[in-house]
Amino acid sequence: MPQGDYIELHRKRHGYRPDFFERKRKKEAREVHKRSQIAQKSLGIKGKMFAKKRYAEKALMKKTLKMHEESSSRGKAEDDVNEGAVPAYLLDRENSTRAKVLSNTIKQKRKEKAGKWEVPLPKVRPVAEDEMFRVVRSGKRKTKQWKRMVTKVTFVGPGFTRKPPKYERFIRPSGLRFNKAHVTHPELKCTFNLEIIGVKKNPNGPMYTSLGVVTKGTIIEVNVSELGLVTPAGKVVWGKYAQVTNNPENDGCINAVLLV
Amino acid sequence: MEMEEGEGREVNKVMCQLVDTVGERLGDPMYLPQNVSPNQLQLIVNALLSNEEKLPYAFYISDEELLSPLDSYLHKHKVSVEKVLSIVYQPQAVFRIRPVNRCSATIPGHSEAVLSVAFSPDGKQLASGSGDSTVRLWDLNTQTPMFTCKGHKNWVLCIAWSPDSKHLVSGSKTGELQCWNPLTGEPSGSSLVGHKKWITGISWEPVHLSSPCRRFVSSSKDGDARIWDISLRRCVICLSGHTLAVTCVKWGGDGFIYTGSQDCTIKVWETSQGKLIRELKGHGHWVNSLALSTEYVLRTGAFDHTGKQYSSPEEMKQVALERYNKMKGSAPERLVSGSDDFTMFLWEPSKDKHPKTRMTGHQQLVNHVYFSPDGQWVASASFDKSVKLWNGITGKFVAAFRGHVGPVYQISWSADSRLLLSGSKDSTLKIWDIRTKKLKQDLPGHADEVFAVDWSPDGEKVASGGKDKVLKLWMG
Repeated sequence: MPQGDYIELHRKRHGYRPDFFERKRKKEAREVHKRSQIAQKSLGIKGKMFAKKRYAEKALMKKTLKMHEESSSRGKAEDDVNEGAVPAYLLDRENSTRAKVLSNTIKQKRKEKAGKWEVPLPKVRPVAEDEMFRVVRSGKRKTKQWKRMVTKVTFVGPGFTRKPPKYERFIRPSGLRFNKAHVTHPELKCTFNLEIIGVKKNPNGPMYTSLGVVTKGTIIEVNVSELGLVTPAGKVVWGKYAQVTNNPENDGCINAVLLV
Repeated sequence: MEMEEGEGREVNKVMCQLVDTVGERLGDPMYLPQNVSPNQLQLIVNALLSNEEKLPYAFYISDEELLSPLDSYLHKHKVSVEKVLSIVYQPQAVFRIRPVNRCSATIPGHSEAVLSVAFSPDGKQLASGSGDSTVRLWDLNTQTPMFTCKGHKNWVLCIAWSPDSKHLVSGSKTGELQCWNPLTGEPSGSSLVGHKKWITGISWEPVHLSSPCRRFVSSSKDGDARIWDISLRRCVICLSGHTLAVTCVKWGGDGFIYTGSQDCTIKVWETSQGKLIRELKGHGHWVNSLALSTEYVLRTGAFDHTGKQYSSPEEMKQVALERYNKMKGSAPERLVSGSDDFTMFLWEPSKDKHPKTRMTGHQQLVNHVYFSPDGQWVASASFDKSVKLWNGITGKFVAAFRGHVGPVYQISWSADSRLLLSGSKDSTLKIWDIRTKKLKQDLPGHADEVFAVDWSPDGEKVASGGKDKVLKLWMG
């Protein structure tokens, strides 16, 4: 049987008990002590659950406090001078990606000659030959073992045709061929899906470079003409190097960072 | 007698009529020998016009410039010699501006992108507004920073010199305007508040209408244009009527104010009471930029290429009026508007509320239009990476200048109308030759987008500023 709101009804008729507020204050004051008692006493799973609950409560409280603070000081935030000033004729236009000019083309060429690169991933795990290749047995009795199948992701140029089976020592499976990469521009902080032009260097060896094997740490050349980067002389840059940052053979995609 | 006949047999003659650019005939049609060269034509025109000092002229036959003797043109185009050949003559500037070809100084100083650059009308001072909320004045002789004018609270979007070079006004993103004394770099009085959003353009009253300069008009994103008086230090008239942001404002030489807006209209206002006189409709999208055929004279006021200084405002007014009337001639003032609908319109606002011609051809929005100082050409900068050249009187397409690999933001003419400068997002400046219609000079050097370019009225220097925070000075 529902009890209803008999307390409210009573209060409406007769008012609060004379000691109601005093008792309420005392109970609230005791609450912290009581809670700490529970926190100290509860052990095991109960203790963990209690701690978790308190943590969530506190985080929520902090969040709401911060929100209130923000709402009271909104006027100030709007006056701030933002970075990235644009002239009046560009203010109403939606912001396209504002590409930087590559001022280091000479440096880049010099480095290329020296064969040294400052790259985001300076060291990579060496990949052994037996991990990179799988032996393919051939011949009528499957006794010949001179064929190799590449087990990593490869980039194969658009004009490639396979050699006749007699001469094909390295097989690059078509399921592991990629021609696009997700390339992140570190300054613009945005990622583009760009076409791969070629494999510049595979750190595991020149043979892998010539085969077009893409492993973690490989330097690839990508087509950046979509980004609208320009050289100091005002020409569009279309080929740039990028370093692969993931293990493409595990992830099924190539992620890379543009080298600028 | 026999001699003359002998010559007549050797050299054929053709009936020619000399016509000026507006279409006014000069003298009667006359027989000219076919081997007449442009130089000889020049002598004829000078004699017919009875010019005291000989002026240079360029000659055009059906919009093609005559560079070689007449017969070579006739042979090339197989023109009938039985009809009257009309030759258009066009006065050229008596002085020649050397094309700039090198960067003479890269001056750092601003701590944010440079958003606007302007030479003073006498070409002796240079000011720039930047995203670091300062206006800077630069010393052109030593090529160093002279004054840093602090006072704005946000990006300085526009700056404008008064035509007598005595005041500089800047407008910021918060909507306040500030007047500066260019000789000391101090603000003259407190800032002028009234606009609720950022300032998009500033234009001064021409000096031939009132001297010394007191009034200027500013346009803002909030949809109003306001006329301010710098001696009263307050807004005199508020021109409201546009329903969207006003993007561009020009104070014409006839005493009208033209405002272009994002609500696709151009409005013409009268300046004593701020009444709307005319509404020019036609564009299908935002109006981005306006240009007047007399804009260069209005900007430079009484100062011309000789570098003469004037002592009193009355004298200045007199000279400016003379220059204005000479420039304008008998034809009414022309207005060109560039828009987001990829087209431009040529108007004669004092005569008609309908456009004279529509200029189509751009494949992207037109960001900036500019009349050449002699009013013969219109150049337009577009986001389709090209600059196009149009006939300033008829509005016919003349040439396209391609070469930029990014959107072209701003253009500027040399004072003799023979060269055009363009600044682009691709970080370069390019100089185009109007006569050959080709690239004259490529000026790389900026490390990022070029937001503002200006060619000084005396033709000596070019200033440019951009996102790479430096101001560059270029020289010939």
